Amino acid sequence: MTSPFRTAEGGRIDRATTLEFTFDGQTHTGHPGDTLASALLAAGRHQIATSIALGRPRGVAAAWAEDPGGLVQVEEPFPEPMLLATTVELSDGLVAHGLPGQGRLAEVADSARYDGVHHHVDVLVVGAGPAGLAAALTAARSGARVALVDEQSEAGGSLLGGADRLDDAPAMRWVAAAVAELAAHPEVLHLQRTTAFGSYDDGFVLALERRTDHLGTAAPKQVSRQRVWRLRARSVVVATGAHERPVVFADNDRPGTMLAGAARTFLHRYGVLPGRQAVVFTTNDSAYDAALDLHGAGVRVEAVVDARPAGSPQRREACERAGIPVLPGAVVVGTRGVERVTHALVAPFADGEVGAASPIACDLLLVSGGWNPAVHLFSQARGRLVYDETLGAFLPGEELDGLSVTGAAAGVLDLAGCLVDGQRVARAALSALAVEPAGEDRLPTAPEEVVPAAPLVLWRVPDTSGAEGTTSFVDLQRDATVADIARAVGAGLRSIEHIKRYTTIGTAHDQGKTSGVLTSGITAELLGVPVQDTGTTTFRPPYTPVAFAALAGRDRGRLFDPERVTALHDWHVVAGAVFEDVGQWKRPRYYPRPGEDMAAAVLRECAAARTGVGILDGSTLGKIDVQGPDAAVLLDRLYTNMISSLKVGSVRYGVMCGVDGMVIDDGTVLRLAEDRFLLLTTTGGAAKILDWMEEWAQTEWPDLRVHCTSVTEQWVTFPVVGPRSRDVIGAVFPQVDVSNEAFPFMTWRDTILDGVPVRLARISFSGELAFEVYVNPWYGVAVWERLLEAGRPHGITPYGTETMHVLRAEKGYPIIGQDTDGTVTPHDLGMAWAVSKKKPDFIGKRSFARPANQDPLRKQLVGLLPVDGQTVLPEGSQIVDFLADGRLPPPPVPMLGHVTSSYRSAELARPFALALVKGGRSRIGDTLHVPVDGALVPVEVTGSVLVDPEGARRDG
Amino acid sequence: MQLIECPWCGPREEVEFSYGGQAHVPYPDTPGELTDEEWARYVFFRDNTRGRFAERWHHSAGCRRWFNAIRDTATYRFERVYRLDEPRPVTP
Ligand SMILES: [Zn+2]
Repeated sequence: MTSPFRTAEGGRIDRATTLEFTFDGQTHTGHPGDTLASALLAAGRHQIATSIALGRPRGVAAAWAEDPGGLVQVEEPFPEPMLLATTVELSDGLVAHGLPGQGRLAEVADSARYDGVHHHVDVLVVGAGPAGLAAALTAARSGARVALVDEQSEAGGSLLGGADRLDDAPAMRWVAAAVAELAAHPEVLHLQRTTAFGSYDDGFVLALERRTDHLGTAAPKQVSRQRVWRLRARSVVVATGAHERPVVFADNDRPGTMLAGAARTFLHRYGVLPGRQAVVFTTNDSAYDAALDLHGAGVRVEAVVDARPAGSPQRREACERAGIPVLPGAVVVGTRGVERVTHALVAPFADGEVGAASPIACDLLLVSGGWNPAVHLFSQARGRLVYDETLGAFLPGEELDGLSVTGAAAGVLDLAGCLVDGQRVARAALSALAVEPAGEDRLPTAPEEVVPAAPLVLWRVPDTSGAEGTTSFVDLQRDATVADIARAVGAGLRSIEHIKRYTTIGTAHDQGKTSGVLTSGITAELLGVPVQDTGTTTFRPPYTPVAFAALAGRDRGRLFDPERVTALHDWHVVAGAVFEDVGQWKRPRYYPRPGEDMAAAVLRECAAARTGVGILDGSTLGKIDVQGPDAAVLLDRLYTNMISSLKVGSVRYGVMCGVDGMVIDDGTVLRLAEDRFLLLTTTGGAAKILDWMEEWAQTEWPDLRVHCTSVTEQWVTFPVVGPRSRDVIGAVFPQVDVSNEAFPFMTWRDTILDGVPVRLARISFSGELAFEVYVNPWYGVAVWERLLEAGRPHGITPYGTETMHVLRAEKGYPIIGQDTDGTVTPHDLGMAWAVSKKKPDFIGKRSFARPANQDPLRKQLVGLLPVDGQTVLPEGSQIVDFLADGRLPPPPVPMLGHVTSSYRSAELARPFALALVKGGRSRIGDTLHVPVDGALVPVEVTGSVLVDPEGARRDG
Repeated sequence: MQLIECPWCGPREEVEFSYGGQAHVPYPDTPGELTDEEWARYVFFRDNTRGRFAERWHHSAGCRRWFNAIRDTATYRFERVYRLDEPRPVTP
């Protein structure tokens, strides 16, 4: 295919290289430097897609991210939906097609890399147009650390799409010199193809760098495709330019209808004529540049239709010289054409009244309703916007600390003004940072410009087509019209936020870049209130869409969250363990033998621990070393029971409560010395309990001489459990007297194994005779294997967390956070014995006396035995009671509590459960009911200790 | 994302910190002597100020020290931070 609309020369494309691409199944060519949109326009194609709701043809209406029309799906090099033809850089082999508003995600995993970088600077300049470049140069010349980011493929901003001159030369020559000068400053980071999409507190700006997309299939695999820059700047300079604003009229969505400035960009930057026969409709002087430039390039400009009664006296002469008819006091009221505009319907316009329309033939209709400063980053940083009556747009309305706006984004629309303003703003930013600007900081000279004639603020042209605003499109992406706004106002909506949600204007993926201010203006007109009162909807990040993959960066898959493994992990893997996640830990859940499912494996492991000997990797248990002369004082205040009376060499079970008296953790305390304790917490509670202890020690009792530190990873922990455990420990540690007399329950002993210190503790979480073995993780595998070796004659069986849970539940030992939920006191758990009556105070004590905690109907921990001896009650099941006559109460059935833990028991040869039940202990012996799969399962309420309630087994 | 000035470490990213609620609510000297209502006020009741608020913060992913701050709850702005052993600053 040829490119009949490509100019003979000019533009910032590499004409020596030809790229081939496919759009909607047709092959076209273009050049490096093209976007998909410019290459399609060069081929004479305007229509890109059809609209989402009405199916109307839509085309390229702007030249960059503000385009509401040219939505495409890319298929090659990798499927990606909802991109704009105007922002997709052309690459060889690109395959794309137009989208009717909705795209399709790739069905295969994205194999590209994404990453992120943190960067800190003194001054961040967003936008490399004239104002941004001037600001960046001033900041760089001072020696400050500077970052300059810009979303285009090259620097220049508005200069890329114009024919401006600076220092008596093409302005792009100054841009090139500025870029070269910035590159020579070692403290300057300059990134193109990088969109600052979010502006947050304290100079924090997120920017997305598109690193390889423009290379298409030639993108190197080792380079990340996109990178999120997390920039922290002491001062942010927003130089993001302005978006041209359309005027709304009937059938303003026909392909070939385009913003005037965009046509200039296609001509000057891409060497493309967007049409051959143009009508230009404007309310301000800027569109005259488009008319004159296109005329100069050979486009027949049929008319400049200027809504202002006197048009532009300043531009009249230039148009006359070029032979371009100017129609002042006129508007475009509609268009003709289907897939492409064929006529503009032009009518006289005075005092808001429209006269009779006559058609002017054209294949290109350019529109300019003025300029909307791109205040997004300023507004995201919570800057207040004020409406400017002259511009018909919202401008930054206040000074923000550390963030300033310059150039067109601040409403400065002339080149010389932008340069001066950029330099001024940068100097102010440096001064706030106490940085001296450089002595030599020259600005280029811009040609004198005539002051433009005052623009007219015109949101919409009255609809004379008979369609009553239903074809006057405000938001092309949402197919939302003037009629929709009128309907919203008619329904009584006043707030612009409500109107946005009612009409959906501004909610499409362009986020209202062209439609937002129009909606404010039209709404204000319909309500008869000033535009300032209507205001704008809130600007929120991201400025342009950002892929989740880019935000995730490297934090995907295995790198999403750290995995913690114990020193024995590899052994567990070889042993065939099935793992479960406990927080970030990988813990063996059970060790199935060939042919075993979980239930069978757990019954076997439980039986081994209760009748022979089992061994568990308990290394994930939280361990906190508490040291200092006042260590016992702190622990007495935090535990419900007395810790200070514990003897060195002994162990005590302890419970911690919040000030509200509810249990937050439990565990055991080893007294290592008068002034030193080792606390064992639950796996999940380890970090939380260290925080809790430090909080009290620092904030309430800073006078206490005590320090707490986590030693969880300094010790592996192996409980050796069961009636044969003494034989195993005695064999591995022959120098330790393991008799009950010498080494009683709830004591610990230090010993040495081949020169390695080992700590043994008689702690049992199963009710069986048990020894916990503690050793430095470097020796973990060696000690574990010695224990297995010594246990082989006794059939030692490694067991996982599931068996650990069954064993502890059979003994009624609660898991804090599973059998409790933050509303459970020690008394509710039947642990009044763990609450000191001697201590004058401890955290939680006063709350136990609150009336709510005296209520006999509080939920209490009890055991449940399904009467059928078969059903494993699902954890979380509700518990209900029948009426005295044996019937189920009418709905809503009152709930008595819920099942907190439920397992099959090898020892009991039946399933059992723990539950929190209202007044549970007074119901022991009663039968209650648990709905399971639509049936009511009768359960007998028992005490919470189902195995060895006398505690006869703990000494073997 | 705000920068929060830890009195010990200097300005650090907000994600390094955790919030500790209203400052200057000391644990009562003798809880046992308080009425149920007085105790409930300590346990459950806190101010819900719009504007300057004295709060506790913890540099939990940094030096792990607690400190106090005056922050405007309407703007989120930290106006100043101070150590636990410093008196509450007089704010206008
Ligand atoms: Zn700190």
